[in-house]
Order: sequence, then structure tokens, then C-alpha cells
Amino acid sequence: MSRARGILERVWPPLVVLALGVVAWEFYSRLSGIGNAVLPPPSRVVQSGWADHASLWDNTLPTLREVLIGFAVSLVFAFVVSVAIDASGIARRSLMPVLIGSQTIPLIVLAPLVVIWFGFGLTPKILLVALVTFFPIVVGLVEGYASSDRDAITLLRTMGARWPTTFRLVRLPAALPGFFTGLRIAITYAVVAAIFAEYAGAEFGLGVYMQGAKASFRTDLVLAAVVVSALLTLVLFAATYVVQALVIPWYAESKRVPQ
Amino acid sequence: MIEVRNLQKSYGALDVLAGVSLHVEQGEFVSILGPSGCGKSTLFSILTGIEPADGGEILIDGAPPTEPRPCAWMPQSDALFPWRTVEQNIALGFEVAGGHGRREASERARALLPTFGLEGFGDTRPYHLSGGMRQRAALARTVAQGRDTLLLDEPFGALDALTRTDLQLWLGDIWARERWTVVLITHDVREAVLLSDRIYVLGPRPGTVVGEFEVSLPRPRGIATLGSPAAAELEVELLQALRVGQDATL
Ligand SMILES: Nc1ncnc2c1ncn2[C@@H]1O[C@H](COP(=O)(O)OP(=O)(O)O)[C@@H](O)[C@H]1O
Ligand SMILES: [Mg+2]
Repeated sequence: MSRARGILERVWPPLVVLALGVVAWEFYSRLSGIGNAVLPPPSRVVQSGWADHASLWDNTLPTLREVLIGFAVSLVFAFVVSVAIDASGIARRSLMPVLIGSQTIPLIVLAPLVVIWFGFGLTPKILLVALVTFFPIVVGLVEGYASSDRDAITLLRTMGARWPTTFRLVRLPAALPGFFTGLRIAITYAVVAAIFAEYAGAEFGLGVYMQGAKASFRTDLVLAAVVVSALLTLVLFAATYVVQALVIPWYAESKRVPQ
Repeated sequence: MIEVRNLQKSYGALDVLAGVSLHVEQGEFVSILGPSGCGKSTLFSILTGIEPADGGEILIDGAPPTEPRPCAWMPQSDALFPWRTVEQNIALGFEVAGGHGRREASERARALLPTFGLEGFGDTRPYHLSGGMRQRAALARTVAQGRDTLLLDEPFGALDALTRTDLQLWLGDIWARERWTVVLITHDVREAVLLSDRIYVLGPRPGTVVGEFEVSLPRPRGIATLGSPAAAELEVELLQALRVGQDATL
């Protein structure tokens, strides 16, 4: 009861800000004579988007698929790499700097490159999503392992446990809150990355849809696609909280207990 | 039986233990009393084999210790895992140290709950427990390891005074029944007097044994024991022993 109210109290302030912005935008584009090709009012964006919803939906599904598969690939690799880094000092010293260095390559450069290397199919999109989401997930996991309680690790060692056991019983569970934080950061990049990859060359997807709409001066449809991609990210973002509550219920609970 | 001879330990330039010798007999309750930072926890790290000693030797039943050491350690923080229930936390001792399967470990942990006053709390997570209950769960996990000797590092240090007294009395009672071999680290003189058969006093860092005291107060002991002249006299002697060491540094 009080939890639902807590969520409500956190939800309404941004909604009010958002609503005010939308109202201001509506008035501005109607009254300033700026023209629908430059800035259509939100009411028109919604109308046109709805009128074209079949096509929008058909282009959302491929993007969603790219995001989910890319994410799955990223998760598997991130986990394997994080385990290697945790298990071995050599892996940590050799991999971490390379990973951090890799983050300096901008997405805009990467997108055309993966298309050149892997063509216009699903592969370059998956790859780009995976590349972009990989780093925050690895960092979330590695820092999560490092945040394990020292006494807990020492305790297991005094019981005769070696790394595999301490990893399974302490380091991995202790890393899960950090992992979910990394996951949320990654998810905000994932949809953008997929759309970028589609920009660089694709048959379907929100990126393709936006390009088509832009080419025919349908700014209202470009904006409708923007809204859809934002909603997609929000839904995925919210989903991480649901999964988190299922996987590590103890985390939120232990923070709610006063002490 | 544990015998420690002339144990030395430094961390870099910091001398922590400068020749500590002591022994603990089977079924004996021995306390190590000393100021903060004098190397008490370090002594336990060496006994459990986590840290190597720089000099001296440890003999267990007359021979150098084999791995894993026959000691069950209870950390100064209780180190209960929030992702495990109380029962699963206790089961950890059976699982990891005892090598029992998960189910058997759980059953054995469940059977321990009443002994430690945790009946009905097996499925509770540790963050819902009071400080005193957490310490009892941590002690149960230590006992569950099935090792000969319990090494308890300031188990009641973080509790409020009333709960601490309750737990001290409780530990005295349960020890009288179970007769574990216990080494207790504390900086609480009264706690040492109430519980111990023998007390070693360590001086400030680098730690050395500055005094050894037999506690010949009759058992069972209770609050009334602490009021007896013998107990009061011993407390005074212990405080003086602690001060002798400290004067040297002031
Ligand atoms: N791993 C370590 N590395 C360096 N210094 C340490 C380490 N562990 C303990 N010390 C130092 O050794 C001294 C004794 O520590 P400790 O044994 O924990 O004392 P006590 O338990 O008696 O309070 C302290 O000064 C502490 O800072
Ligand atoms: Mg200590």
C-alpha cells in the first residue's frame, strides 16, 4: 500500500514536467507558424503515428529483436570475461585497459564499419548492440565482485574453500546489485545502437523507418518513431527492475530495513 | 590442544605480534584480552592459516597444523550473507567446511536452530534479525563447521550493553552444556571474567603476552558471580595488567 504510494509519488513529478513540455511544444508549433515540416505539434505526431501504426509496429519488431539478441550475446560474453577477470590477475591486467580503451571508439564510426564487414543482415546490428552494452555490464559485474564483504571471503577461505566456491557463494551474489545497475546503463544504449546500425544500412527497423520518413519530409513520422524508440527503452528499463526484484529480492528488502 | 610459541608477525615496517606464546587445552574457554590494534585479530588470521607467521610456531595436538585447520572462525563483523536465510547461513558451515550436500546441510542447520534460540527464524533473512540474534546465527554457523576449536573475534563488540550482557550469559550457559574449546577475543574485562577458564592479557602493539590469569570462579556463573569479591579482585588485576602495557606507550 505505502509502496504503491511511494512509486506514485516518484512517477508524477516527471510526468508533470513532461506534460508541461508537450503543452508548450503544442502551442509553440501551432502559433509560431513554424510549419509541420520543421516542427509538427505533438497532437499531429500522435495522429500520424497512429494512422501509420501498422508500419511503425512492423519496423519496431526488428529493432526490438536486434536489441534482445544483441543483449543476450553481450550478457554471455560479459559474464565470461568478468569471470576471467575475477579469476586471474593476468586477465584483469590485460583485459581491463583494452576494454576501457575500446570505449573511446565512437558509435558513429563503428556503425558503418560493422556494416562494411558484416553486410546488411542481422549480424552487424547484433554486434553493435553487443559492443555497446558489453562494457557497462562487465564493469558492473567486476566492480560488484570487488564489493564483496572481505570477512565473508575470508570466512569461506578458513573453511577450506578455494576461488570457485568463494566465487559461487559470495562474489557472484554480491555482484548482482552492481550487475543490474550496469544492465540499466547498457539498456539505455542498446536501442540507440540498434537504430544507428540500421541507419548505416538495413531493410527494416526504426532507423530505416526514420530515414524514409525524413526523406519524404514527414517530420511527424520521424518524431513518432522517436517516441516509439523512447518507449522501447523505457519498457526495457522497467523490465530490469522486475527481473531484479525476482532475482535478488533480498537487495531491496535489506535496504528497506532501518538499521 | 593448541600451542602457540613465540609467534611473530609484521606488516611491512609495522610489528604487530612480537613473540606471543599461549596454549589452549581441549574443552577450555580461553580469552585474549587486549587493547584495540594490539594484533588480536591478526593472531586469529595466523591460527586459521589465512596469514603466514613471520616467526615462531603453532602446534596442534603436538604437531604442525594440517590444512584445513581444525579451527572455526567467527569474524568480528558477523558476515552473514543477506541473500541466504538464517538456516542457509548456518548450513554454510556444514556445506563448505563439512562437505555435506545442500539438503543434508539444511537439515542439520535446522536442527541447530533451537540450541541457538533461533527456532522459527530459519527462513528469515539476517537483515530482519536483531543484533543479538545475528550474533547467535553467526555462532551457529561457526559451530556447524564441526571443527575442534571455536575462534570468536569480539562476538559481542557491536552490541548495546544490555544485549551484550544477555548474550554473554547465554554463551556461558550454552558453553557449560556443549564444552566446546573456545578462544575468545575481547576488550571487555567483565566478559573475559564471566566466561573464561583462563585469560591472556596482551599489551599494546606489538602484541606480547603481559599476563596470564586463571579464573577459578565457580561455575555456573551468573550476574551474581560478577558481584563476588573474587571476581571484583580479578577485574582489578586485569585492568592493572592492561594499564601496565599502556603506560609504556603514553
Ligand atoms: N592485512 C594487513 N595489512 C597491514 N596492516 C594490517 C593488516 N591487518 C592488520 N593490520 C594492522 O595490524 C595491527 C593489528 O591489527 P588487528 O590484529 O586487527 O588488531 P586488533 O584485532 O587487536 O584490534 C593494526 O595496526 C592494523 O592496522
Ligand atoms: Mg580485531
